Amino acid sequence: MNMRAVGAIYRFEMARFFRTLFQSFISPVISTSLYFVVFGAAIGSRIDQVEGVSYGAFIVPGLIMLSVMTQALSNASFGIYFPKFVGTIYELLSAPVNFLEIVMGYVGAAATKAFFIGMVILGTSALFVDLQILHPVAVLAFMVLTCLSFSLFGFIIGIWAKNFEQLQLIPMLVVTPLVFLGGAFYSISMLPGAWQTVALFNPVVYLISGMRWAFFGIADVSVVISLAAILGFFLLCLGVIWWIFRTGWRIRS
Amino acid sequence: MAMVEIDGVRKRYEGGFEALRGVDLAIEEGEILALLGPNGAGKTTLISAICGITLPTEGTIRVGGNDVVADYRAARDLVGLVPQEVNLEPFEKVINTVRFSRGLFGKPKNEALIEDVLRKLSLWDKRDNAIRELSGGMKRRVLIAKALAHEPRVLFLDEPTAGVDVELRRDMWEVVADLKRQGVTIILTTHYIEEAEAIADRVGVINKGQILLVEEKAALMRRMGEKELRIELGTPLDAVPEALEGFGLEVSGGDLVYRYDSHAERTGIGRLMAAVAGAGLVVRDVATVQKSLEDIFVGLVARQEDAA
Ligand SMILES: Nc1ncnc2c1ncn2[C@@H]1O[C@H](COP(=O)(O)OP(=O)(O)OP(=O)(O)O)[C@@H](O)[C@H]1O
Ligand SMILES: [Mg+2]
Repeated sequence: MNMRAVGAIYRFEMARFFRTLFQSFISPVISTSLYFVVFGAAIGSRIDQVEGVSYGAFIVPGLIMLSVMTQALSNASFGIYFPKFVGTIYELLSAPVNFLEIVMGYVGAAATKAFFIGMVILGTSALFVDLQILHPVAVLAFMVLTCLSFSLFGFIIGIWAKNFEQLQLIPMLVVTPLVFLGGAFYSISMLPGAWQTVALFNPVVYLISGMRWAFFGIADVSVVISLAAILGFFLLCLGVIWWIFRTGWRIRS
Repeated sequence: MAMVEIDGVRKRYEGGFEALRGVDLAIEEGEILALLGPNGAGKTTLISAICGITLPTEGTIRVGGNDVVADYRAARDLVGLVPQEVNLEPFEKVINTVRFSRGLFGKPKNEALIEDVLRKLSLWDKRDNAIRELSGGMKRRVLIAKALAHEPRVLFLDEPTAGVDVELRRDMWEVVADLKRQGVTIILTTHYIEEAEAIADRVGVINKGQILLVEEKAALMRRMGEKELRIELGTPLDAVPEALEGFGLEVSGGDLVYRYDSHAERTGIGRLMAAVAGAGLVVRDVATVQKSLEDIFVGLVARQEDAA
């Protein structure tokens, strides 16, 4: 294992993050605050409580997952797309590294950034609502797994994308709707009967439900299923990346 | 065992275009090989196949005895690449991109070496500048610094001096000569024949995906060497005197010019000189000039085109 290479990629990617640390920090703070103002104050004043949790607190796990997923996705997809775009990928291809090392470097950095943003949102949320976390270890575990698996997914998108439009396409067209429909702002049980069944086909439901269980002990689906879903997604993405590097798809002519 | 062994390599790109059509080449440890060829000859494709940037469709390539596909880690450990295109992260600092290269190749931190490389390439003063703040020639040197930072045993330079001014070009040749002294094997592609002439030990000519010839630079020039004999006379001439017709002479700048094959059994020089003396001309000086690599190169490519 060429751990120095992993470290070099990781540090190089994190440097990009630190160059724009202020933006990285300020934008999730603002958007989270806005969510609390709109959803927490405006809607929350009418909903009051969901399954024994105040509405403001109820949306926190979803908010964190929403940001962590989109951040992991955009960081990782940009991270590997950019070297393709400016041509520096030649160095990765000619270096004595295997796909696992490249992935560890890029995905590790993207996941770290997403994790940091998740923490910022957790901190911001604590300013607005009274939060009591029931299973802190599970919160960490869900967050780390989500950061990693969505960074892997983003990595795939970054390799697949041939231009900036494609880079934005999947996050916009697929992920954002899935996340919004994934129960970030409501419980699946609040949906009419038929829609509850439809919702179960949305993978994001399992993640948000798992995270909510970790916070409050309430869940739409069993936490074991949630865990299995995220692990399955993680492995699926890893498998696809393994295939990409074996065949050189979209990277080696 | 050769440092780089290329056997029957073909490369067909996705569109079906065959950029390499059966290349065999062995590069010895410590030598400098210059690959000459016109645009689109396949130079970059060949280098990309050796360095792992594209996969050859057919054939095998070994570096230091390691197959570049099966034992890619061992092979690539030895190889440094300076690409033709200036591909660099615009917002990153010079020194960080150079450090990155060293780390990526799994080498331990060595700030003294990084400093040395940057100084040698006159980049030390620019180390904290972002890449986009550098001039084109400086960016090219950053690419070289990146490749040298991981101490390759085999270095590929794909047109390292394109767009670099004369003085810098000489500096780069100096760097290359220095690497050769350290035993580094160097393969460079170039359009500048002077460059090959100035620094290469051997010269390969590639065109349309085929190696037309690889030879010691000196031998190549000798073998192909058409020479020119210039005779300066006491009184400059405007035309070839009648007495000297039949030698295929030309008059240039008042001098008589005679072209001959320096390897021929009889060069005809003796007969010419006797005829010159017989015609009553006073010879002030004679000089011979060897044909340049450029002439050889142009001749070879033209011949392949005729054959096709
Ligand atoms: N990715 C690619 N897909 C399809 N064809 C390609 C690709 N890369 C190169 N070619 C073709 O292969 C041929 C050889 O290209 P290559 O870049 O190896 O030439 P070269 O000798 O390096 O030329 P130059 O001196 O201009 O750099 C060209 O005809 C080129 O159009
Ligand atoms: Mg080229």
